[in-house]
Amino acid sequence: MPETSYYLILAALIFTVGATGVLLRRNALIIFMCIEMMLNSVNLTLIALARQWGNLEGQIFVFMVMAVAAAEVAVGLAILIANVRHQKSINIDEINLLKW
Amino acid sequence: MALLFFVLVGAVSLAAALGVVMSRQPVHSALFLLTNFASLAVLYVTLDAQFLAAAQVIVYAGGIVILILFVIMLIGGETNDFSAAQRAWSRVVGIGLGVILLLTVSYSVLTRMLKAPDDATSLLQGGTPAAVGNALFTEYVLPFELVAILLLVALIGALVLGRQSEGTGEGVPSIEASD
Repeated sequence: MPETSYYLILAALIFTVGATGVLLRRNALIIFMCIEMMLNSVNLTLIALARQWGNLEGQIFVFMVMAVAAAEVAVGLAILIANVRHQKSINIDEINLLKW
Repeated sequence: MALLFFVLVGAVSLAAALGVVMSRQPVHSALFLLTNFASLAVLYVTLDAQFLAAAQVIVYAGGIVILILFVIMLIGGETNDFSAAQRAWSRVVGIGLGVILLLTVSYSVLTRMLKAPDDATSLLQGGTPAAVGNALFTEYVLPFELVAILLLVALIGALVLGRQSEGTGEGVPSIEASD
């Protein structure tokens, strides 16, 4: 059975790839996918540590994270669609309506 | 044997994660994201979380990726964001910050290696729907209800944001059409 640390390292790698993607890409959709990936890597951490300590609470927490991620995707994509309707662009540099 | 399986599945998920970031087409990114989610679901099974593996496939692969694919089909999603000529330094800075983040996180993980536990399976009961549901509907019933309200609010919010304003009946303009 693989050690728990291996799972944590894999989660750290996926999280880093996601965070770097958020910094590198300018397409709002891709940034969105990278955020989902980061949420997933944290889920992997929680599940690995739930097994490590023999405690079901980590898994309950992952369940809540999944629900929040689903809500976030629904609202975030709706905002994206509304912005495309308004500005005809999903380049994150051009989405600056809230900028003073 | 279990270690070999972990390495293979983990390599697939890491490669898919890199594919999400490096694909030029947003559709390819979405499909790589699907691969990433599916391989993580496999890892959840090996971590005694059967219910969450199923939920991962249903919620993420079945719901979220499909939603993202719908939006890509709706708005096109073509931006040449690899040019980024006005900010040539942003790629260097992004990768540098990513390396720093990786070093910081992996330092805290690697300094304290955690061995695999011996008896966790009996406590977790394999993370079956029965075990998770028991905990969810007894001890954690209040957060569960709050999540239900959150999902309702998100539903209404998405509906309001995505609604057409009165008078305009042309739907969502695609990005290619506007150029």
